[in-house]
Amino acid sequence: MSESPLAVREKQELAKKEEQTVPGRFFVPPADIFETDEALTLIMEMPGVEKKDMTLALEDDVLRVEGKIDFSKYEGVEPVYSEYVVGHYARGFTLSGKIARDGISAQLNDGVLTLTLPKAREAMPRRIAIN
Amino acid sequence: MALFPDPFNTLLGLQQALEAFRTSGWLQSSTSGGGSYPPINVFRKNDDFVLIAEVPGITKSDLDVQVKGRTIRLAGTKSINFPDKASVHRRERLSGRFDRSLTLPIEIDLDGVRAECNDGILVLFLPRAENDKARSIKIG
Repeated sequence: MSESPLAVREKQELAKKEEQTVPGRFFVPPADIFETDEALTLIMEMPGVEKKDMTLALEDDVLRVEGKIDFSKYEGVEPVYSEYVVGHYARGFTLSGKIARDGISAQLNDGVLTLTLPKAREAMPRRIAIN
Repeated sequence: MALFPDPFNTLLGLQQALEAFRTSGWLQSSTSGGGSYPPINVFRKNDDFVLIAEVPGITKSDLDVQVKGRTIRLAGTKSINFPDKASVHRRERLSGRFDRSLTLPIEIDLDGVRAECNDGILVLFLPRAENDKARSIKIG
């Protein structure tokens, strides 16, 4: 699987529900979601976002992830060749009631954000014994 | 003079500038296709050049950067592993191996090349070779 050549995917622009007040384009980070017996894991790619510029907010069952790019790093440089556009990232996920809200944890490594959403005790699979 | 002086316009200014250079002929046909992984941007900073590539999820040990003459080669493998018992609900991230090279239209100072990789961004500092820099000629 890892031996196949890696393709480039164009960044997907975020379709905003609200009007923006600050000019600039946002992108939707590509995400992987998988589930184990204990937890749901969300993995998102947001290259260039530092830990301090990552915001995670949980409101009304919606988990919002926002990663800002520090544009000051691009001061004093002039593009001569470009294959991708730099922009902030934003994405939201609606959580089911099965997630233990207090146990959500996050990790950021090499531009990849990993969110672990543990399942509530009631939602964990259990074996039913037959009498 | 900074190219993007106003902080409120920085994001938009940079994005517009990057969009404008998507058809740049600076690398001519010397890159192995614009669609190759990883996507790169090249910037000029005074006399020198900076190459930036987005490589999220690729550790330093999985990334091979080589410079030979004017040619830069970026190769490596991006692997994505799921736990054995996991059921995958969504798969949008791509994985696989990559190998691309590009030839710059300038001479670079090979000893001065530096590479950094942080937060999924690879930055290559490419100083222009002394003998490639423009010289002012005094008019006698």
